[in-house]
Amino acid sequence: MPVKNKANVVIIGGGVVGLAVAYNLALLGIKDVVLLERAYLGSGATSRCGAGIRQQWGTEMNCALARKSMDIFENMNEMLEVKRDIELKQKGYLLLAFSEEEMEQFRKNLKVQSKYDIPSREVTPRKARDIVPHLNLEGIVGGAFCPTDGHVNPFLVTEAYANAARRLGVDIYTYTEALDIEISGSKITGVRTDQGLIKTDRVVNAAGGYSQQIGEMVGLDLPVKSERHEILVTEKIEPLQGPMVMSFSYNIYCQQTPEGPFLMGYGDPDEPESYNLNSSWHFLEEMTRKAARLLPPLKHLRVIRQWAGLYNITPDRQPIIAESEEVPGFFMAIGFSGHGFMIAPMTGVLLAEMIAGEDPSLEFKLEPGRFERGDLILEPSVV
Amino acid sequence: MEPQNTIICRCEDLTLAEVEEVIAEGYTTIEEIKRICRLGMGPCRGSTCLQLIDRILARQRNCGREEIKMPTNRPPLEGIKMKELAGDAGEK
Repeated sequence: MPVKNKANVVIIGGGVVGLAVAYNLALLGIKDVVLLERAYLGSGATSRCGAGIRQQWGTEMNCALARKSMDIFENMNEMLEVKRDIELKQKGYLLLAFSEEEMEQFRKNLKVQSKYDIPSREVTPRKARDIVPHLNLEGIVGGAFCPTDGHVNPFLVTEAYANAARRLGVDIYTYTEALDIEISGSKITGVRTDQGLIKTDRVVNAAGGYSQQIGEMVGLDLPVKSERHEILVTEKIEPLQGPMVMSFSYNIYCQQTPEGPFLMGYGDPDEPESYNLNSSWHFLEEMTRKAARLLPPLKHLRVIRQWAGLYNITPDRQPIIAESEEVPGFFMAIGFSGHGFMIAPMTGVLLAEMIAGEDPSLEFKLEPGRFERGDLILEPSVV
Repeated sequence: MEPQNTIICRCEDLTLAEVEEVIAEGYTTIEEIKRICRLGMGPCRGSTCLQLIDRILARQRNCGREEIKMPTNRPPLEGIKMKELAGDAGEK
């Protein structure tokens, strides 16, 4: 389909972040918003993610974004007038500590979380087993639990934002690829696609695992890298596990989704920077070992599918949500470091406000300059 | 054959009428259809429904079945119990 030849804003990337930005721009009354997606909506990291939504973070910014995003998820069915329920399940996230040092970090995180009204609390090993009765307590010294964390369906959240954005007049072009961004001086003048040129002076980079390639189009070397993360899903069973069970040191996350299957993954510390999306046998073996040890009854379940997606990682594991200083009009919502889906709702609000020149509904500073200055606050809680 | 009484995907209990409705909404690739209504995402891994959905799409588009793109075939080829993959760790 040929594209419009002119737009107020062009968003590159039809994942949940790009669509949330598109919807919020239209909601603020910005006309002629165009979104480009080179495959189908949600075909990148959004559809490949673990479908968890968590507020238990260690940095102020991640806590603030996650808490506000949870408010939006809780009201999303009504707010976006969805055709299909987004399958919100709030049965909590149980985070497990395997050493006193890790428990100390949890206590620090809990203090940050309480400032943002996140209802998380410390739990003893015994309390953890009350919450997840099939948990093997060997080696566990304690944990943290937030009862309002949980799950939503990434495919259906993507659809919800897309349909709501279309109703407000956003033009969404799927199977349309941004090939280059045209610049005159340091000003953006247009986006060249495989379906024609769109004149615009504002571009949003929401390209997830490929965001550095979009940065190159305007001559920027963005401080992000991409890395494969693998995941698997089992057959469905009756409800067994309420919360997501997660540990950073043991390195696992595992939840039962409302439909009944278990979804689980871990982060391979030796994974190189790449765009590799292939599945590995190594992951199957290591993942099932980890799950069978920590959650023994799961060993009787059949694995029915495995896949991989890209984390787009920044040096401090916090996203970049900002306008470029070097290239005015180049906005970025990138580097989500594996937790973009769960903070997409608030990201969409904040970036749209920035583009529209409105006061932000939340004070935040997530510009890329922090990496050059070196004043990083590292997010400690990433799998 | 009544569309509302014809099961296309047994694992997810999807009827022809439901699948046709999803297609009518504009989801015209199998990759999109499976994500919206979970067609082919159950334990049989699409062994029946994938042989039907391409015919349905081909009929609608008035083209041959070979023109309908199949979704990515993800491992393992059939369900494997975790304890078989985990080795010793799964036996404890």
